[in-house]
Amino acid sequence: MTWIINALFSYLASIAFGVIINIPRRALHACGFVGMFGWLTYMFVKQIEGGVMMANLVSALAIGVCSIFVARWQKMPTILFNIPSLVPLVPGGQAYQAVRFFALNNNILAISYLVQVAMIAGAIAMGFFLSELVGQLYFKISNR
Amino acid sequence: MATTQDDSLIIETVMLAGKIMVENGADMARVDSTLKRIACNAGIDEPKIFETTTGITMSIPRRYQAQVEPITKRTIDLEKVSRVNEASRAFQAHKMTLQEFYNKLVEIDTAAPFFAFYWQLIAAALMGALLVIMYGSSWEDFLPTVIVSALGFSCFYFFNTRFKIRFVSEFIAALVIGFFAVIFVRMHFGTTVNQITIGALMPLVPGVPLTNAVRDLLAGHILSGIARGAEAALSACALGLGIAFILRFM
Repeated sequence: MTWIINALFSYLASIAFGVIINIPRRALHACGFVGMFGWLTYMFVKQIEGGVMMANLVSALAIGVCSIFVARWQKMPTILFNIPSLVPLVPGGQAYQAVRFFALNNNILAISYLVQVAMIAGAIAMGFFLSELVGQLYFKISNR
Repeated sequence: MATTQDDSLIIETVMLAGKIMVENGADMARVDSTLKRIACNAGIDEPKIFETTTGITMSIPRRYQAQVEPITKRTIDLEKVSRVNEASRAFQAHKMTLQEFYNKLVEIDTAAPFFAFYWQLIAAALMGALLVIMYGSSWEDFLPTVIVSALGFSCFYFFNTRFKIRFVSEFIAALVIGFFAVIFVRMHFGTTVNQITIGALMPLVPGVPLTNAVRDLLAGHILSGIARGAEAALSACALGLGIAFILRFM
């Protein structure tokens, strides 16, 4: 049940962010599915005790690869698909906690949250980097 | 041999395409490849194009032609990016001439469809609430988050369109979000301030500059990557400051 709700909600949330940044109407549907795929990957890795960093990295990789192929298929820029899909992964919760503890004068806890934010952001960037690599490798091999 | 006027039109077209793409949030690697493709299809063998987030310059070697195009505003409208991309593909397939392509770009720049405000408002309100549930909060927080997100987003939209200072509008939106989240929970409408605030802030998160910063840095456009990273960091700081303000005094 949780999985179904999460799948549906991640699909809708990706589309909603797509509307806010005004992506073309015919890309909305595909973008929702990329977002759903990414979030389910994230939940799956967390479920098998992979840890938050690993979950973010694998999920960013999945979103990156998926959006590269969808972009090829739809003949549209890649960023239309990966920006809205990435939104659920943004470490908003940790960033919020960091700000909260800074405001409450508890600097040590705040910095530990800030480090978490930086590490998650790094993991997402790394996932993207790997997905670019996978995409370029694939197109190099298939063009040969 | 092409005349000076032709060269001038080529450069103007390339510049306009680049300006639209950078202004509306495309990543530099794509801008670079699109502009080079347009220039090559217009008959220039080795165009020299240098683009950053604040300006583009292009020159044609051995023909004494060069122009600079400053870029002063930055918004997010991926519809325009996508349309420039489509138009450049059509130009590459020789479906239109250079002059037609230029006119098409002017049309894209001035009149591209945008989702109406109420659609964006509905999307923002829903998105915050959906993310709250996805992050594992209880269903009691759903409705308060819808309202707080809608208030925050409309506040952001109002100040952003009137005053053109993005960071200030983010700060005020964060203030409004924090204020109403605290008030709602004190009235026993919703359970946790933290979850409601996080959800409501999500539609305002600078996702496009953040993603583009990473992509630009990885693609070797260090200058643009750092500029965009700074932009995203400033936005995040404005949001954080607004929330910190509320948490400190309420």
